[in-house]
Amino acid sequence: MLNGTTADQSVERTNLRINAVKTCQPIGAMYAALGIHGCMPHSHGSQGCCSYHRSHLTRHFKEPVIATTSSFTEGASVFGGLANLTQALKNIFSIYNPEIVAVHTTCLSEVIGDDIPTIVKRAREEGAIPEGKLVIHTNTPSFVGSHVTGFANMVTSTLKYLAAEPTGETKDQLNIVPGFVEPADMRETKRIADLMGVKTVMLPDTSGVLDGPLDGTYKMYPKGGTQVADIRTMADSMATIALGHFASNPAADWLEAKQQVPAAHLELPIGVGATDAYVEALRAYAPEGKVPEALETERGRLVDLISDMQQYFHNKRVAVAGDPDHVIAMVKFLIELGAKPVYVITGSPGNHYERRVHELLDPIVPDAKIKQSADYYELHQWMKQAPVDLLIGNTYGKYLARVENTPFVRFGFPILDRVGHRFFPSVGYNGGIRLVELMLNALLDHKDRTCAEEWFELVQ
Amino acid sequence: MARQLDILPDRAAQIGRAGEGGSTQPALKAGRHSLAGSVSQRACVFCGSRVVLYPIADALHIVHGPIGCAAYTWDIRGAQSSGSQLFRNSFSTDLQEMDIIYGGEKKLERALRDLIERHQPKAAFVYATCIVGLIGDDLEAVCKTVSAACGIPVLPVASEGFKGTKKDGYRAACESVLKLIGTGDTSKVTKRSINLLGDFNIAGETWVVRSYFERMGVEVVATITGDGRVDDIRRCHGAGLNLVQCAGSMTHLAKRMQDDYGIAFKKISFFGIEDMAAALYETAAHFEDPAIMDRAREVVRDELAAIMPKIREYRRDLAGKRAAVYVGGAFKAFSLVRALRSLDMDTVVVGTQTGDAADYEQLREMCDPGTIIVDDSNPIELAKFCLEKDVDLFIGGVKERPIAYKLGIGFCDHNHERKEALAGFVGMVNFAREVHASVMSPVWNFVPRRASRAAALKEVAS
Repeated sequence: MLNGTTADQSVERTNLRINAVKTCQPIGAMYAALGIHGCMPHSHGSQGCCSYHRSHLTRHFKEPVIATTSSFTEGASVFGGLANLTQALKNIFSIYNPEIVAVHTTCLSEVIGDDIPTIVKRAREEGAIPEGKLVIHTNTPSFVGSHVTGFANMVTSTLKYLAAEPTGETKDQLNIVPGFVEPADMRETKRIADLMGVKTVMLPDTSGVLDGPLDGTYKMYPKGGTQVADIRTMADSMATIALGHFASNPAADWLEAKQQVPAAHLELPIGVGATDAYVEALRAYAPEGKVPEALETERGRLVDLISDMQQYFHNKRVAVAGDPDHVIAMVKFLIELGAKPVYVITGSPGNHYERRVHELLDPIVPDAKIKQSADYYELHQWMKQAPVDLLIGNTYGKYLARVENTPFVRFGFPILDRVGHRFFPSVGYNGGIRLVELMLNALLDHKDRTCAEEWFELVQ
Repeated sequence: MARQLDILPDRAAQIGRAGEGGSTQPALKAGRHSLAGSVSQRACVFCGSRVVLYPIADALHIVHGPIGCAAYTWDIRGAQSSGSQLFRNSFSTDLQEMDIIYGGEKKLERALRDLIERHQPKAAFVYATCIVGLIGDDLEAVCKTVSAACGIPVLPVASEGFKGTKKDGYRAACESVLKLIGTGDTSKVTKRSINLLGDFNIAGETWVVRSYFERMGVEVVATITGDGRVDDIRRCHGAGLNLVQCAGSMTHLAKRMQDDYGIAFKKISFFGIEDMAAALYETAAHFEDPAIMDRAREVVRDELAAIMPKIREYRRDLAGKRAAVYVGGAFKAFSLVRALRSLDMDTVVVGTQTGDAADYEQLREMCDPGTIIVDDSNPIELAKFCLEKDVDLFIGGVKERPIAYKLGIGFCDHNHERKEALAGFVGMVNFAREVHASVMSPVWNFVPRRASRAAALKEVAS
């Protein structure tokens, strides 16, 4: 049966991943590239990689996802991918006519050792790349890090290519690197900045790309995405706000180190405190230096909702699985709600993750199990040893939720079996309201379905 | 081909039209690698092997490579099992940088031993990925060692992604299955028996079809691979006939079984009324047993009586509607063209990922003049063809669905993500219902395309 997991932990697994909470770098690079306007993501490897990433993103966003591939053959794998990439660039520009092509590598081209900048340079000399068109690249070896690393690499590389030449004149704008989040989250992050009166350039920005309307046409390059012209100005911005250590800090750090654009390192603005921190960071650059009433009211509504329903969260044992930036932010929010995150895992590697979650949880839940490079199999073993009241994770968590009959909230990437994530943000005060609603519904629906009749209550 | 569509110049040889130029028209060039730089809908060798083998439910399937290949193929196909669900877990060696440098053989061996001990599978399949082909891990040797130590077949699958197309992956899968065949006891297998090759039990389709044959008095020895079991496969060389449903993936296996064990095979299809009935009659005819033929007629009669009233209902609304078909294999495309015809619908665009020149010739003969026929297409082409032909329905897979919807076109998934059985007689009703639901959905009234069509009709009327 689906329940193949045993509570027995005698087997120490170092050679085996079962039911991963991560995937490989290239898909993160592809997602980031889709957040650049007029961009064709290009996968330099076998055609399967490209096909898998497109299918996976399509299942998550329910939107067309474009990308091209170098279609490696056995020959390319022996002699290198120069001919394939040159031919690919020629074809991409002649038929799909993007403004920019964002190349990412795969494990195959990484191990072969293809030197992308040299290949692109030669392609340009041969006339494969039309005048005025751009080709950028990033390295995304699948055997290092995770999809989050790939996202961070693509964002950083985009800046290295396009924000390399500051004018020296500071522009009245902030850079925002939003993290590996949904189009709705990016939209909400921008809206909050707008409310504060702060001009921003967000990179990447998939709102308007992967949450498009049905208008009877198929657009290869939808309206959304960060304009290349705007990316070029990011070296001149007042500062960069990076949301998320893993997905966003590398890009902000590069801008700080190379272009002297100061970086503010924040966590994903999920919940009251983290959103406050984001608003505070914006306030320093807001023309009037204050928080508008509209935003204060949104905050008040979230706090009001939590106060109305806090009794249902008190000391609830929660398991959280997902990408490191998401998990850290969610743990903070759960603490605000009065819940007890007892199992906290990410599939991605990263010592900062364990350090930070320990810092958050050690004073409150000293015996919490916190682990990087973990998988669903291990989390499932823990849940069998001592159950939880609520599970928060991506779609794959549903196997555990079903077997253990645990209330389950889908959060993070990917979500393959429900809608909503594209449209309703998790970030900001409004995002907090949505998350509280999702968690409460999961807890109370479960109680309504499973409690004894005498405990079945009309009013909660 | 004088047409107004922009297509990659090198792609022209992979696009044709039925009824144009007759026999003088050059054959469609197929079986080519996707052109570098095209937004191809195709996958790789690994993908081909993985989708074909993974429904073998009581086997262990482990992907040897970095995490992505296992992550993207974790339980995506909707292949159902009546028992073991082991195959729905995702096992990977999750190769890291150090493994790439020093090799991953030891890691793989430990992983296999650990998993086999814990789950006691009947066999294990070990999938090679691109990286394994480059770093030179000897899968054969590792599998041999573990097999000897654990006492079950441990089979390497030569599915390095770059070593060809998805079709080569099917072949690699067949080669692995062949190593199982012939290792079981066939003494209890009856003479009038078959194997079902190339049905993957998506939405329980194998169960539907299997029941027809059992009602005819024909024993089904092994289903390869839908709801598949290792022990059945080991003794399936005792069967009297192989029925090949997904010709693209399983013809190789059928041919090899013909050569090695003298088992005849027939390429059949379970999609659509005509094809399903033909499959039953051909099987009955093969066994030259009038009683079986009588029972086949009975099955067809009973099933048709049950479904025809419903189909007639759907047909009333669907008659004259136009469809575009873009699927993996050509055999499925043939079936769909016929099935759509039985709903009085016209197929105006048809394409496949893996068809060969002969397949496209046959499609050209089957389809009405002017039908666009295409090999290994991409979203821009498909969108253009759909608009040019003003289609009402698109039949395809996961990547095509949102494109169809964006254009305001109904959609039916005839691939991994179908949620209802589309095979067999009952499948035809399900198919008709799904097509009807999507084509007739009120949502299209809000779509500009449909609105302008209504306006045009009004104009004509006035």
